[in-house]
Amino acid sequence: MTSTTLAAPRQRRRFRIGHIMVYVVMILITVLWITPTIGLLVSSFRPADDVKTSGWWTVVTNPENARFTLNNYRIVLGIPLPDRPVTSGTRVGMEVALINTLTVALPATIIPILIAAFAAYGFAWIDFPGRRPLFILVVAMLVVPLQISLVPILRDYVALGLGGTYLGVWLAHTGFGLPLAVYLLYNYISTIPRDIFESAFLDGATHFTIFTRLILPLSMPALASFAIFQFLWTWNDLLVALVFLGAEPRVQVVTQRLLSLLGQFGQEWHLLTSGAFISMIVPLIVFFSLQRFFVRGLMAGSVKG
Amino acid sequence: MRPTREISRSPEPSGIGAFLSTTLGRLLVSIFVPAITFLVLYQVFIFLRDTQIPQWITAIIAILWGVGGVLALFTLSNYLIEQLGPTWRRRLIPFVFVGPALAILTWYLVLPTIRSFIASLYDARGINFVGLDNYIYAFTSQEMLQSYRNNFLFWMIFGTGMSVGFGLLIAVLVDRTHPVFETVCKALIFMPMVISGVGASVIWKFIYEYRPTGSTQIGLLNGIITALGFESQGWLLMQPWNNLFLVIIMVWLQTGYSMVILSAAIKGIPSDLLEAGRIDGANEFQIFRSIILPSIQGTLITVTTTIILFTLKIFDIVQSMTGGNFGTQVIANVQFVQLFRQVNNGRAAAIAIILLLAVLPVMYYNLRQFNKQTEAFR
Repeated sequence: MTSTTLAAPRQRRRFRIGHIMVYVVMILITVLWITPTIGLLVSSFRPADDVKTSGWWTVVTNPENARFTLNNYRIVLGIPLPDRPVTSGTRVGMEVALINTLTVALPATIIPILIAAFAAYGFAWIDFPGRRPLFILVVAMLVVPLQISLVPILRDYVALGLGGTYLGVWLAHTGFGLPLAVYLLYNYISTIPRDIFESAFLDGATHFTIFTRLILPLSMPALASFAIFQFLWTWNDLLVALVFLGAEPRVQVVTQRLLSLLGQFGQEWHLLTSGAFISMIVPLIVFFSLQRFFVRGLMAGSVKG
Repeated sequence: MRPTREISRSPEPSGIGAFLSTTLGRLLVSIFVPAITFLVLYQVFIFLRDTQIPQWITAIIAILWGVGGVLALFTLSNYLIEQLGPTWRRRLIPFVFVGPALAILTWYLVLPTIRSFIASLYDARGINFVGLDNYIYAFTSQEMLQSYRNNFLFWMIFGTGMSVGFGLLIAVLVDRTHPVFETVCKALIFMPMVISGVGASVIWKFIYEYRPTGSTQIGLLNGIITALGFESQGWLLMQPWNNLFLVIIMVWLQTGYSMVILSAAIKGIPSDLLEAGRIDGANEFQIFRSIILPSIQGTLITVTTTIILFTLKIFDIVQSMTGGNFGTQVIANVQFVQLFRQVNNGRAAAIAIILLLAVLPVMYYNLRQFNKQTEAFR
């Protein structure tokens, strides 16, 4: 009896110290994790001379000497400055790359989702010979690395004139995203209660009507989860763009542009940091506004190739 | 979406309607409608490919064209099938739904496994049969041997180990904090997940930036090192440890992923199980080892596998940090170099086949799981 009453407060105190330690460790880890991004963000707003001659952390350690400017962003986005006109040698061209990336990423998100939703409905609710083996094929393709298709597809693209076109990149992203999309949407659509279909069938509705009028609206949460996933994947992709879109600046996406900036302006950190931040803005907005959908998509989509 | 025939059947077709419902009319419609649709889509494609109009207009047209085109093709193929008799309609309608997905899948993933294998037996331009030469290259050349070391030792073992280890540590720790604190921490650690490999490379190249000792450091890591009185280091040139500095970038990107998934698994453990452990006098470490770890084993395997697959194909970080130089070559980057700079299709295809072989166990596991879960799916 005595021993337990003595032990209890000690244990509670130890628990409390442990508890504080957990907070301290977590704060340290979190600070460690966001420091790189903060360094980038701070540097992107510092004048070129400052970025070259002092560490970005001096903004915190020596705040009275800190200067900030939007000029880096103006240069990167192609807005001429009095002392730096936009010429072919100084052109950074992030504004062009941004529009190109949108042009690639939006259809490369919507097209596979549409096609996959149709297929998921077909696999889930229409009985046809070969249904199971064909779906097993989809599951098998989940982890196939996209590297496998580079040589043959590039050959096809040369033959078909699809190389360097947006259509070619959309189709490639569609092909590589489809297995996961079909699989995820199948898992969702196959759990929709059968009653919903039955009354519609009795009213004489076709599969097409049921799909477009009933299933698509009902599947919105699943479609949204995958859409975010696929959008971020296509936005951040480098390999597919390099291989199928080519190096012509007119069509380059932000990741390609950033890669060539690393070569071209390797030491101009004020341009590299602002350029990198511009490439990150859209994903970050998507992340912070739609985080819940994104996490749900990740959970459902583990083990993808 | 327009109503289909079954629903909007008008009782008295007349005029054009009457003509369209005859067999001849249907036949003509079935030929003209798709022909015109394809023609329009093709013309817009040619226009977009060769146009010089302002870029944002092209972008909008391209987006509308791409998405609208897919919708039009689905609606159209459904419309055509609806024109057929009930038997054929029933036979063909599944393929309106699954056909396009299967066609694209076959073109982009199924056939390429075979075509890449065939290409891997031919020379650079795919003309002369060379037998296993490309595989001899893939297993003996210096760059490929270096890639195996880097991919397996550094990226797979260190990279996956650190991502999963940190993710697990953070998930366990953050579970014991206040919900608001937990949400904020998780969001901030998870955030790098949405940054591209190239973007992350710019961030970290800046951190690893080298200036000689004595001059002002602008890279954070050398800033810290010199402030502590050490010599500044060229982190990205230090072989073989520079691989580890590249791996850290991936760990920074991927830890959030394993943290989020593992954290959800930990929250799924019934709380009376943990309570029972505490009442029995187990300390926090024992609870972790004997209750938490066994309960999340399945999730742990899934997360590890996902990250291993990711490291196997690692490309953008290496391409933008070192270009594969200074002893940091990886498999996917060699393939890219062979494909574009050396223009050697045979070698590039052989490397792709090696990557495919490496994922086969995971594919087999996935299929077995699928078979187990879906006995009912016939």
